[in-house]
Amino acid sequence: MIKNTKKAQKNHILSLEDVSISYGKFEAVKNIFCNFKKGDITSLIGPSGCGKSTVLRSLNRMNDLIPNCSLKGTVLFDGTNIYDKRVDPVEVRRRIGMVFQQPNPFPKSIYENIAFGARINGFVGDMDDLVELSLKKAALWDECKDKLNNSGYSLSGGQQQRLCIARTIAIEPEIILMDEPCSALDPISTLKIEETMHELKKNYTIIIVTHNMQQALRVSDMTAFFNAIEYENGDGGKVGYLAEFNSTKKIFSSPKEKTTQEYISGKFG
Amino acid sequence: MNSLFYQKNSSRNIGDKVFTSLSLICVFIAILPLIFLVTYILIKGGAQITPELFTLEPNPPGDDLDAGGINPALIGTLIITTIASIIAIPVGVGGGIYLAEYSKGGPFSRFIRFGVNVLAGVPSIIAGVFIYALIVSTKILFGSMYSGLAGGMALSILMLPTVIKTTDEGLKLVPNELRYASLGVGASMYTTILKITLPSAFRSIATGVVLGIARAAGETAPLIFTALFSYYYITGFGDLFYEMGSLAVLIYNFALEPYDAQNKLAWAASFILVLSILSVNIFSRIFAAFTEKTKRV
Repeated sequence: MIKNTKKAQKNHILSLEDVSISYGKFEAVKNIFCNFKKGDITSLIGPSGCGKSTVLRSLNRMNDLIPNCSLKGTVLFDGTNIYDKRVDPVEVRRRIGMVFQQPNPFPKSIYENIAFGARINGFVGDMDDLVELSLKKAALWDECKDKLNNSGYSLSGGQQQRLCIARTIAIEPEIILMDEPCSALDPISTLKIEETMHELKKNYTIIIVTHNMQQALRVSDMTAFFNAIEYENGDGGKVGYLAEFNSTKKIFSSPKEKTTQEYISGKFG
Repeated sequence: MNSLFYQKNSSRNIGDKVFTSLSLICVFIAILPLIFLVTYILIKGGAQITPELFTLEPNPPGDDLDAGGINPALIGTLIITTIASIIAIPVGVGGGIYLAEYSKGGPFSRFIRFGVNVLAGVPSIIAGVFIYALIVSTKILFGSMYSGLAGGMALSILMLPTVIKTTDEGLKLVPNELRYASLGVGASMYTTILKITLPSAFRSIATGVVLGIARAAGETAPLIFTALFSYYYITGFGDLFYEMGSLAVLIYNFALEPYDAQNKLAWAASFILVLSILSVNIFSRIFAAFTEKTKRV
């Protein structure tokens, strides 16, 4: 492990310190300071184009896969800057899992979908048990225990998304990032995933991007509101920033910022 | 007010009809050569097919009674294309993987893609002359000059762009979400490519490879400079280092002979060649359809 001299606060599992992310010359988000507490569900909300997905993807170095994307600042995970040159992004992603907007199971069987991640991470133990446990944690076991050999594509959208969650759990990450996990799902599947998240909270830290403010209110302990402002030079481009970060209760009942108030009451965004 | 009913005689509808028929005529003219060519070869060549054709050596021209068979050429074509595949498939698939997965679309990969397109357009005779200059005239392969091995190398140059391009394009069709999914569970780039992206693109890559093989199998010009021709049975491994017959060169040689028997043999070889290329193409279609079905079970 590479230890950073700056000690993170005890219960802060992930800290953003003055993070700015740009795509080429275009700056997407600027000067983000943010601490994510261990065992919390934190939701990132804000209007489209404010960079919340960009921030989320930066937390496990998924942005590396996007050409021209660069990050300034420090992302401390476990006391280590994950953007340190010596850090292996593959290791980072093993400890910080991710669930995507579109359910994206592998073109393999349900069983293999879960076993894949565990196997490549050198899992030794009873794979059948792991598959069962992961599916149970993701609240999918009862629905698919009789068809583990069917393709992951044979499941419905909501089930596929829970399969993706199970797949992420199977590699035992410390943090699970979710990028609008319910935006492609119907309300009933959404509810099931939210129940799943409440279950997962016992063991994992969850950071979720959502457009659905009710969802943020239902599932999260902390809420970060991102907003975008026009560049000072006035060419019409926008840059995202963290407008307000507080407990979900406070954000939704007594926000400090006027823009937060306007956003959560549906005046823009 | 115009009525809403279809008006036969309006200039717009007439123009539409004329254009439709024109394009129909064009497509008919386009397909005509293929139909004529295949039928002509099937009739002319099909008549010459006998069991001996597949087992005998061709007789040297001049003996107008019996031309013999095409066995050495048939086996030669198989061997030369196999050599070409052994060289071109790993290199081509590997290159395609680099272009689609590792390169970031910078000047280098743009240059490679451009180069592959140029290579695809290089006349096949140039590939032959190139290998002639590199291998045959220098006797660099254990002192042998014209050889089946050199022929395979020349054909591999022709296969290479097809294989690279189809691998590149097949991999690009794999949705990025699948790569993210794999990387998101902590897979390395190498595991992701080997276990997730390549299997997903397998179908299009395999189709491209088969088409590349089919193209190479029918080439004549590169073989004239490299494998030349042989009348004799291929008996052992050592024959790889000597002149080797092939269907395409047999057709080229014998069709120009003034003797009727050799001409007939050339027709028979054309029949076999066209039929096998046709069946390889059809096979690749069936294979593609088959794997498509099984993939989503």
